[in-house]
Amino acid sequence: MIPATFDYLAPTSVADAIAALEEHGDEAKVLAGGQSLLPILRMRLNAPGVVIDLGKISELQGVTEDGDDLVIGAMTTYFDVLASDAVSTHAALLNKAIATVADPQIRHRGTIGGALVHADPAGDVGAPALALGASFVIAGPGGATRTVAADDFFEDLFQTAVGEGELLTQIRVPKHTGWGAHYEKFVRVSHQWSIVGIAATVRSEGGAIAEARVGLTNMGSTPLRAKAVEEALVGQPATDEAVRAAVAQVADGTNPPSDLNGDSDYRKHLATVLTRRAVLAAAGA
Amino acid sequence: MTITEDRPDTAAPDAEIGKARRRKEDQRLITGRTRWTDNLTVPGMLHLAMVRSPFAHANITSINTDEAKAASGVIDVITGEDIKDVQGVNANAWPITTDQVTPTHLPVAVSRVACAGEIVAVVVARTPAEARDAAELVDVDYEELPAVLDLKEAAADTVIAHPDLGTNKCAFWKLDSAEQGSGGDVEAAIAKARTDGIVIEREYRQQRLIPAFMEPRSVLVDPTGEQMIVWSSTQVPHILRFLIAATMGIPESKIRVIAPDVGGGFGGKLQTTPEEFATIAISRRLGKPCKYTETRSESLLSGHHGRDQWQKLTLSAEKDGTVTGLKVDLLADMGAYVAIVGGGVPVLGAWMFNSIYKFPAYQFNCQTVLTNKTWVDAYRGAGRPEATFAIERIMDELAAELGRDPIEVREQNWITHEEFPFTTVAGMTYDSGNYEAATAKAKELFGYDELRAEQQQRRDSHDPVQLGIGVSTFTEMCGLAPSRILGQLNYGAGGWEHASIRMLATGKVEVLTGSSAHGQGHETAWSQIVADRLGVAFEDVEVLHGDTQIAHRGMDTYGSRSLVVGGEAVVRAADKVIAKAKVFAAHLLEASEDDLEFKAGRFEVKGTDKGLAIGEVALAAFAGHNLPDGAEPSIDADATYDPVNFSFPHGTHLCAMEVDTETGATTMRKYVCVDDIGTIINPLIVEGQIHGGLVQGIAQALWEGAEYDENGTLVTGSFVDYTLPTAADTINYVSDHTVSPSTTNTLGTKGVGEAGTIASTPAVVNAIVDAIRSFGVNDVLMPCTPERVWKAILTGSAKPAEGEREAAPHFDDGAPNQDNPDTSASTQGGAQ
Repeated sequence: MIPATFDYLAPTSVADAIAALEEHGDEAKVLAGGQSLLPILRMRLNAPGVVIDLGKISELQGVTEDGDDLVIGAMTTYFDVLASDAVSTHAALLNKAIATVADPQIRHRGTIGGALVHADPAGDVGAPALALGASFVIAGPGGATRTVAADDFFEDLFQTAVGEGELLTQIRVPKHTGWGAHYEKFVRVSHQWSIVGIAATVRSEGGAIAEARVGLTNMGSTPLRAKAVEEALVGQPATDEAVRAAVAQVADGTNPPSDLNGDSDYRKHLATVLTRRAVLAAAGA
Repeated sequence: MTITEDRPDTAAPDAEIGKARRRKEDQRLITGRTRWTDNLTVPGMLHLAMVRSPFAHANITSINTDEAKAASGVIDVITGEDIKDVQGVNANAWPITTDQVTPTHLPVAVSRVACAGEIVAVVVARTPAEARDAAELVDVDYEELPAVLDLKEAAADTVIAHPDLGTNKCAFWKLDSAEQGSGGDVEAAIAKARTDGIVIEREYRQQRLIPAFMEPRSVLVDPTGEQMIVWSSTQVPHILRFLIAATMGIPESKIRVIAPDVGGGFGGKLQTTPEEFATIAISRRLGKPCKYTETRSESLLSGHHGRDQWQKLTLSAEKDGTVTGLKVDLLADMGAYVAIVGGGVPVLGAWMFNSIYKFPAYQFNCQTVLTNKTWVDAYRGAGRPEATFAIERIMDELAAELGRDPIEVREQNWITHEEFPFTTVAGMTYDSGNYEAATAKAKELFGYDELRAEQQQRRDSHDPVQLGIGVSTFTEMCGLAPSRILGQLNYGAGGWEHASIRMLATGKVEVLTGSSAHGQGHETAWSQIVADRLGVAFEDVEVLHGDTQIAHRGMDTYGSRSLVVGGEAVVRAADKVIAKAKVFAAHLLEASEDDLEFKAGRFEVKGTDKGLAIGEVALAAFAGHNLPDGAEPSIDADATYDPVNFSFPHGTHLCAMEVDTETGATTMRKYVCVDDIGTIINPLIVEGQIHGGLVQGIAQALWEGAEYDENGTLVTGSFVDYTLPTAADTINYVSDHTVSPSTTNTLGTKGVGEAGTIASTPAVVNAIVDAIRSFGVNDVLMPCTPERVWKAILTGSAKPAEGEREAAPHFDDGAPNQDNPDTSASTQGGAQ
């Protein structure tokens, strides 16, 4: 479990990191919390010439509020996101989902931005970020920044809108204050990647669902948002029967993987059951 | 009722035996600040990295080492060809039949590889990193050969794992109660039951498991002294020394093997490994110390695997539920090579399938088979979990067929406590036991009747979460083993154990044991035994093991043998010390030996206040100033103990599982076990052994399985896919004991190291099947993943579908899979 030799750079600013990326191009890999990259290096599945560690860039860490948005630095650890009262209050779904990630050791090391850019469809932060309509601030060469909407961020398996020479710097999450939230994660053992995960957050009004957001983990090559289900839930009472009917089509059009944990059809079935449960739990029913 | 009160022999309130002492070895083991093999460094030490085959079956056409040899820090790159005459061989020590087909297993392959992960070249470098880097530069050309991966296909001999052998069929081993005179004719019993009784036929799959010990294997060889020293993370330093001598042509007297602290094994380290032999051959060739430590990935791929059987059972019974016969047909995967006791592991089931039940007729057939997968050998329980699983599953099926409570049907058929010692239909004599008492206690702790009522209520209300109750009333044979029996079985060694006690001048005591611990707590337990026996302080006893220069005789640790065999040797050595010391004490006290009484560590002259502590006698022996004429100045003693019989622990395990019928997810609700392991030396160690054993057995039922793809690649090659449970996946287990002291050893102990693993797997699966039997389900393949459970509910057993993912079907009289396994061409199931 010894990685191939690589050079190690630890820039202290985003600008320096971008410059290093420009200089080393394809040779370079960005190290965030290292919870995916280090096993890959240690098993020699990848052998970059240069590893650029973002761990010393303090501007990438922490949670702040900016008007109607929460701004989460890409290098904020899972643990720090979990510990943030602002996240619990205004983006409860993110808190609930991150609480299920792996184990405490990994949550102290792994970062929200690292996970999002790694874009493993079985990871637990993509679906809630999508469901909450997060936007992604990406820095590029020459001090350029651009903001990508959630729907455009995840492109394919392990592929996002973050291009070569770019870094994800911030995740901006619109406040969902007062929304109920639940992340229904289905695993066989506790530290496993999600077999299927359902992120649901709901605003209730007078005993009915006024608005709902639903994201799906590991139901395709990227995290997915179930917009048809969200619409079908509007105005429904938070009852088993009503929600069951509204979410029945949640797996339509999805293309989940088949593996030792279950085949594609089983995952589709699971998504249907788990979405009902997630929505009901989010609605406090 | 406490355990202490149950023990008849050690009434003293300050007795060490029975005390829940914390383990004296734990601080160093848990912190890791100790002598693990990989922590050791020898001056001038070089490091090895292995180049392994990615193919399951291939000819090696060429190996180009030029680039690797030129790499930074590389000393040499060695192929099998380079060391073919000096690398020894990985031996099979237990050919189960005289005509067993046994492929030669070279540590480093020379011309052909028979499974993925086989070593084809070894890089020697100054650092582990340089060795690993250069290993990537070794260019090996392979010519791929057809691989046989599925056990049943292998038995049909269409593709051959070792073409030169012409067959995959390794050995066929049979026990028939009529033939050996221990019971009736099973075919007659089954035929009769077909006309006027009940016949239950089931086929079960024991999936392949990976021992997954915590410390990866490591070996360090220093060839520079007069004796070559081999440090290895092994369970079997003595057996390793013998096999190095026997297969490498090195005099045994020139070999010292040390198993320093070893971080778990579960059977996975009872192997003598290609890595050990390659490291020895290369360090001798270079004349330099060499170390090799495997990565976790290498460990999962190349350390031997466990289980992997198809089990066909035919049980006959009278209409009232009294069993009349049991016939077992096993197919057992050996993998690519017959490991040290690989063939013997399934054969151990021969005496265990009949379990605690009074079958009048019994037959056991075992066909071992070669495939192009990682070799298979002992894994915690070794043959007994497999047997216990099948019999306990089918006893539940009998109960279901009868529509009766599974405990009641077991009770109708088990050996009652008045019947011990009991000679079984397989020919074993069970020493002691009380199945009634253990079961009654377990039912009470479990709240059996209440949970049955809740189960009924959930069933009646069509609760999406159903409840099932699983029963496992198990026994096992442990304390391997009487040498005479091993000889009859063609096993390559004896089953005795050795101990020495050194009485030091300062009153301290050194205990040398041949059973080499790898996490069991021997140091603590042996200290307790010796403290009681010699009347010395627990703290004054030091237990030494795992070094052939110190504890020179031994048969090592496996098969729950350490306490019942090794502990007995310690007791006998202690008794010899006392006998020797008594002569000295009589002389020193100027009394007759007959007037001396040894009590609490002192020889006292009866009726006087004169006496001497055993430590004082040890000092007198050390000084030698005043000893009886002609006496040797030593009270040290040795004992080698060969057991007269196995001991047979037993227990009743009850498990309640909730099954979410919407998703197939299973949740353990309650687990109770009442084990009878005879006299308990240290209840805390016992509790730990039971908890760990339970988790491993439960993991077989729910989580673990080694899976290969169609190319013979191990797809569960990391802990991402080989889903070991953690503490977060377990519940609090309720464990208790009944105590039926063993009659086969002085202390009355039975083994406990494997009990939890043996008993728990069927308890869990029985509970899952019980929860969903009303859906027409009568089996779920292990591991019982939510997907399998859900699909079993969806289809029911009446509609068996393809492959291993579905419940196993019944098989009918005359169906092809009723025949001797070697004629079965069934391709059902297979690699998933």
